[in-house]
Amino acid sequence: MSRVEAITVRDSLSVSLTVGAYGIAFGAASVANGFSVMQSCLLSLLTFSGASQFAVVGVLGAGGSAISAIATASLLGVRNGLYGVIMAPRLRVKGVKRIVAAHITIDESTAVALGAEKRDHEAMKQGFWLTGIGVFVFWNLFTLLGALGAQAMGDTRAWGLDSAVPAAFLGLVWPRLESNRDRALAITSVLFAIAMTPILPAGLPIIATAFIAIAVGLRR
Amino acid sequence: MNAFWIATLGTSVIAFALKYSGHSIPQHWLEHPKVQRINALIPIALLSALVAVQTFTEKSKLMIDHRLAGVSVAVIALLLKAPFPVVVLSAAITSAAIYNWL
Repeated sequence: MSRVEAITVRDSLSVSLTVGAYGIAFGAASVANGFSVMQSCLLSLLTFSGASQFAVVGVLGAGGSAISAIATASLLGVRNGLYGVIMAPRLRVKGVKRIVAAHITIDESTAVALGAEKRDHEAMKQGFWLTGIGVFVFWNLFTLLGALGAQAMGDTRAWGLDSAVPAAFLGLVWPRLESNRDRALAITSVLFAIAMTPILPAGLPIIATAFIAIAVGLRR
Repeated sequence: MNAFWIATLGTSVIAFALKYSGHSIPQHWLEHPKVQRINALIPIALLSALVAVQTFTEKSKLMIDHRLAGVSVAVIALLLKAPFPVVVLSAAITSAAIYNWL
C-alpha cells in the first residue's frame, strides 16, 4: 500500500468512531432483550452488520422464533452482498484477503470507498480497508461496553432501553426515506405490522413486510 | 442449544455467506434496476415494521405505554435533524422518566 492521504484517514476514522459508538446501543439493546454478554459480543464479531444485529435481538425480544429472527436479519444482510458485488472488481483480492474483505463489506466501508474513488483508485482501496477495520474495532469494543452496562442496570426498562431499541431502528430507517414512495412504504409497513401482530406468530408480521417492499419494487 | 444461541450463530453464518457470495458472483447478475430498487426498499419495510412492533406490542399483544412517548420524542429529534446518539438518548430518557415516575 502506498502513502495514505490525510483526508482518507480522517474520513475513515471519523466514520469508524461515530458508527462504532452505536455499538453501545446495540450491546445494551441485546442484553435488554435477553441475550447474554457473550452472545452480544459474538453477534458483533461474527455477524458484524448493525441493522441485522438489531433485527435479531428485536425479533427475539418481541417473542419471535429463532427462525424468524434469522430470516429478518438475513433479509437485511442481503444488501451487504450487493455491496460485495460492487467492491469485488475494485479490490481484486483472493484467498484470506477476500474473506476479510467480505467480512468488512458493510454500509460504511462501501460508502467511504466509493466517496474516495473520485480522488483515485488507491484512495478508494485505502478508504475501504481503513473504514472496515476501524468500524470493526470500535463496534466490537463498544458492544462489550454497552452489554456490560446493561447487565449492570438490572431492570433495563427503568433506564429507557425498551424505547432506545425502536428509536435506534427509527434512526436507521429515517435517512433512507428519500421519496414519497419510500415514506408510503414505511407507513404501510408500520400499519401492517401492527395489524398483523395479534393474528400472526411473533416475528412473521415483520418478515411479511419484505413482500410489500418487493411488490412495490416490481411495480416500479 | 436455545433460541438465543441458534439466532446468534445462524444469523452470523448467513450474514457472512451473503457478504462472501457478493464478492464471488459475476457483477452483471445483479445489475437489473428492479433488483437494485427492491434492495433499497426491503430495509425500509423491515426497519419500519421493527419500529412498530418494538413500540406497540408486547408478546403478541398491542399495547400503548411509556415506549410510545420515547419513540415520539425520537421522531421530534429526527425532524429537528438531531444526530443518531441524541435520537436514541432522548427516547431513552423520556421513556425512563415516564416508566419511573408515572
